[in-house]
Amino acid sequence: MIPETFEYDSPSTLEEAIQLLQKHGDEAKILSGGHSLIPMMKLRLATPERLIDINGIPNLNYIKEEKDFLKIGALTREADIEHSDLLKKKYPIFSDVTKLIADPQVRNLSTIGGNLAHGDAANDHPAVMLALNASIIAHGPEGTRTIAIDDFFHGFYMTALNHAEILTEIRIPIPGKGTGGAYHKLERKVGDYATAGVAVQMTLDGKGVCRYIGIGLTNVNMTPLRASRSEKALLGEKVTPGLIQEAALYASEDCNPSEDLRGSEEYKRHIVKVLTNRMLHKAAERAMNGGA
Amino acid sequence: MGCKTSREIGGMGHPIKRKEDARFIQGKGKYVDDIKLPGMLYLDIVRSPYAYAKIKNINIDKAMAIPGVLAVITGKDLEKYNLHWMPTLMSDTQMVLPTDTVMYQSQEVAAVIATSRYVAADGVEAVEVDYEPMKPIMRPKKALEPDAPVLRSDKEGKKDNLIWHWETGDRDGTEKVFQNADVVVKEQIYIPRIHVVSIETCGCVADFDKVEGKLTLYMTTQAPHAIRTVLALVAGHVGLSEEKIRVISPDIGGGFGGKVPVYPGYVCAVAASVLIGQPVKWIEDRTENLQADSFARDYDMTCELAANKNGKIQALRIKTLADHGYTDAAANPSKFPAGMFSICTGSYDFDTAFTEMDAAYTNKPPGGVAYRCSFRVTEAAHAIERMVDRLALEIGKDPAQLRMENFIKKDQFPYQSALGWEYDSGDYHRALEKAMDIIGYDDLRKEQAEKRKNGELMGIGICSFTEIVGAGPSKDFDILGIKMFDSCEIRVHPTGKAIARFGTKSQGQGHETTYAQIIAEELGIPAQHIQVEEGDTDTAPYGLGTYASRSTPTAGAAAAKAARKLRKKARKIAAHLLEVSEEDLEWEPGKFSVKGAPEKAKTIQEIVFASYTNHPQGMEAGFEATHYYDPPNLTFPFGSYICVVDIDRSTGEIKIRRFIAVDDCGNIINPMIVEGQIHGGLTQGLAPAMYEELIYDDEGNILNGSLMDYLVPTAVESPKWETAKTITPSPHHPIGAKGVGESPTVGAPPAIANAIIDALSHLGVQHMDIPITPYKVWKVLNEKGAALEV
Amino acid sequence: MATKPIKVTLNGTEHSLEVEPRLLLVHLIRENLSMTGTHIGCDTSNCGACTILLNGKSVKSCTVLAVQANGKEVTTIEGMATAEGLHPLQEGFREMHGLQCGFCTPGMIMRATELLKQNTNPTEDEIRWGISGNLCRCTGYNNIVKAIQYAASKLNGTEMPAELKEEVSAEE
Repeated sequence: MIPETFEYDSPSTLEEAIQLLQKHGDEAKILSGGHSLIPMMKLRLATPERLIDINGIPNLNYIKEEKDFLKIGALTREADIEHSDLLKKKYPIFSDVTKLIADPQVRNLSTIGGNLAHGDAANDHPAVMLALNASIIAHGPEGTRTIAIDDFFHGFYMTALNHAEILTEIRIPIPGKGTGGAYHKLERKVGDYATAGVAVQMTLDGKGVCRYIGIGLTNVNMTPLRASRSEKALLGEKVTPGLIQEAALYASEDCNPSEDLRGSEEYKRHIVKVLTNRMLHKAAERAMNGGA
Repeated sequence: MGCKTSREIGGMGHPIKRKEDARFIQGKGKYVDDIKLPGMLYLDIVRSPYAYAKIKNINIDKAMAIPGVLAVITGKDLEKYNLHWMPTLMSDTQMVLPTDTVMYQSQEVAAVIATSRYVAADGVEAVEVDYEPMKPIMRPKKALEPDAPVLRSDKEGKKDNLIWHWETGDRDGTEKVFQNADVVVKEQIYIPRIHVVSIETCGCVADFDKVEGKLTLYMTTQAPHAIRTVLALVAGHVGLSEEKIRVISPDIGGGFGGKVPVYPGYVCAVAASVLIGQPVKWIEDRTENLQADSFARDYDMTCELAANKNGKIQALRIKTLADHGYTDAAANPSKFPAGMFSICTGSYDFDTAFTEMDAAYTNKPPGGVAYRCSFRVTEAAHAIERMVDRLALEIGKDPAQLRMENFIKKDQFPYQSALGWEYDSGDYHRALEKAMDIIGYDDLRKEQAEKRKNGELMGIGICSFTEIVGAGPSKDFDILGIKMFDSCEIRVHPTGKAIARFGTKSQGQGHETTYAQIIAEELGIPAQHIQVEEGDTDTAPYGLGTYASRSTPTAGAAAAKAARKLRKKARKIAAHLLEVSEEDLEWEPGKFSVKGAPEKAKTIQEIVFASYTNHPQGMEAGFEATHYYDPPNLTFPFGSYICVVDIDRSTGEIKIRRFIAVDDCGNIINPMIVEGQIHGGLTQGLAPAMYEELIYDDEGNILNGSLMDYLVPTAVESPKWETAKTITPSPHHPIGAKGVGESPTVGAPPAIANAIIDALSHLGVQHMDIPITPYKVWKVLNEKGAALEV
Repeated sequence: MATKPIKVTLNGTEHSLEVEPRLLLVHLIRENLSMTGTHIGCDTSNCGACTILLNGKSVKSCTVLAVQANGKEVTTIEGMATAEGLHPLQEGFREMHGLQCGFCTPGMIMRATELLKQNTNPTEDEIRWGISGNLCRCTGYNNIVKAIQYAASKLNGTEMPAELKEEVSAEE
């Protein structure tokens, strides 16, 4: 399993990287963590003529709260997210999700930017970002733009990023008091892609009324899917087990899983229902326990 | 077990640390891919994307145009030397490279030889093959339908896809018992195709010396001597004579049966080296290994068990449909095309039994090799252990109780089984009692009853298996005519340090340690001063190799026997040195002393030294012995396993809460190593029970041909195994040992399956085929209206 | 196609080489630099046999390009023992019988090295998750877990669990 020959550049600035992408057009691919791309190249399913390795670009690896946003640099490794004290304390959904992404060695190299830019509905971060209502910051020849997460995923391995654009930052609104998030996926064995996965972010006011809700689903649709009807059912309502069950039902009805070795469509819808239910309960519990 | 030798000597029963570990923990193991020879070339293989297709044309021009590509070998090239077909170990035939038809997806189609691994891979991409796909036959049932197209049209006169029919036992007598039985239970049990996935894949370096006419073949093989002979038989006509073939099996990164067969890649590398006159390395990728190397299992069994109303089991009948792929490339002894499947009466006292089997050709890769299991014993144990549970459910008896009532009793040994085996020794009641005690069986049953009231799912599964290992007695056992003895040659140097060589080949079993311990036990030479060597056919005595848990039963016995020959000689020399008669001497590990005068003694080291410096006149000098051990019988290890599972009613997820394995493998050479083997075998039993299965669609495509979808368990899926033992020595083995490597792989799957099915049995579930996944469990729960939604 | 000049420090020794961009780090280590202790067990980053430390982080060297290691430090199993002797993990694997065929062992040890740096006193569950990117087909993992516990005790100076002590004293 050997990749086909390619040329390699390792620019040291964003501008240089963007220029290289412009110059080489579709022949060039960005190398970030490489843990989706290199295996595909080894199988010769991907045969880019040129790799633009962005790992040498400084200042793209950070996790910080700034003004109203939690900002995560695109080159932040999954392992950094997993071990971040800030995230562990205030955003436990990140601990939930990173533990379930591939394995420790892969997490040491794979990046959150790559996970999103790959545009794979089987990846775990997209659903989390939908739940967190994140924005994607992209740098391109025209400058910087902000893409709402709902506008980001366009299709199978396709995103809103233009060819010469580089995803540089993920921006998440810092949630208000009484917020909790949770993620879980059912996997056949550790490190597997999800049979189905559910991410939930929820803000409850003092009376238990839902003031914010985000629900994202993994690997049950061509693109990462927001469970909109479920969100609508919860928003502005007092969260009860009955309402959670209703929201879970909607999520299972609205997703579009396809049968594969992981199970039938029916099974996956069922798992979406179970996990949506469980994650809503878990998020609510975290919200009530004073989660961030 | 008390040890006869001191800690310093380190004979039988001492848990000494492994001698081989020093190199492995420092990255100094020497595996085949670590070998680098001057001028070495690399071979990579073009494989078929189709399961069944005519090859219309192979165009190698683009590949040959790549700088560094030296040759592309096709079936037509090999045909010139009559090397395009080779025999399998089951005397069937297998293509090395096809001349006109491919028979399974990922079959070898051409071999590219290049100056580097990378260029060879480029060459593979550049070879253009024009195929005309045909409709493959992927199910053995379809293959045996009367109007099915004949797959092996290369075989003259072949009119169907039946490879062989095999049967044993009393057909009519069994039928009679079934007709009169109070209770008959019947299940269709399928054991799917699985793959051993040793972490090291297969490969070789073929190094043909044109001047000497000698081939040195470094190869991932569990049976180097047999390979040498096969090569001499296959390639004798092109000048490879057996004395000019040296097979070296270096460190092997796990075998489990997958490194017994001869794969086309090896032969292509040999052919390439002979043609080009330079060393050629072939190392397969994992994906190639998983998709094209020999598989295991693929048995579809119709099982019936007859009993009286009290649960006394009376008769067993199993009819099996075996899928062997496009050729029978299993590695069974010649007279046993279905291996030791007739051990299927298991640990129970049957009046009568009958089993028959049809083996079919399909468009799947060849094989039928082991998966850490002795010749189809796993399939047999799964059948009987599932059926006993099935009977328990039918008559409402506790499965432990039912087993206790039907076990062969300890005073019945040696026991003649209904299907013709003579079990050497056993105490099945004791093993099951021990397992039940350790796990707290009665309390678990109470807990289960409580949980059921609350709607929770918990299951307890038992397996009390009997293994059959150590092939085997030469009157019945051979591979391609070569009898299944094994060998040991001991050479003790003047200073009392020894080298011992064997016909077997460790792939992780720890032979360098355990064989040394056997010799230490017999001669009193410290194990640390006995160097064990295997795997080089130029130096080691002939033997059939390591698989089917046969090393200790055969080569281990040979070690004891060879050492005893030396002890006899030592006695003579000691008598000479001490000037007494041989009868006046007494042996204790490490020395002979004069009876009644213990201060008059000679140590083994003194005796050995004398054999070189002061041996009695008329005696041969030196201190060497060789033994070829032909076992009088097989050995029959056994055990009782109990597994406890909890099931999530919403997702179908299965959690193994506890698993106790009580094993009995007779006398133990090194308890640390035995326990380690049991742990490993248990995880390799868990794998097919819950995770692993090679899946093909009807077009012949493998759907999970990489480790992304072929689910090898990690440390997270694998529970913390609990182990315990009983010891019932083999009466016929020189050191009373049996063999253990495969017992847990045989015993674990039914214990796990029985536990899961037990958890669901009150819902009306009687059987589920392995691997039992959360999805399968949920499907059952959903059908029975028992799935939860939260 | 152009080669790229790289500088890689392998087990303390700096090497300057010209490599094809597509050269995988594992092949750089095994073939170009002839350190064969690092193994290859799959093509899809599942087995972990090729695990090495890249600037102290455990990574799967079959899924890293050699050019990505430019300017970095690579540590393999050959770099674990020192003049004082074996690394406690190497010792642990031997003492606890944490290996059989030995093929997965270097990768396991390299992964466990980083695990014990991050978590000096891991629970059994943390160890199992910590080595979930490494497949072993021989040991059933029980004794690998013990080997890592042994090393953890040695490294952090805490008392060894009783179960482990028994095995150490059992016999040398």
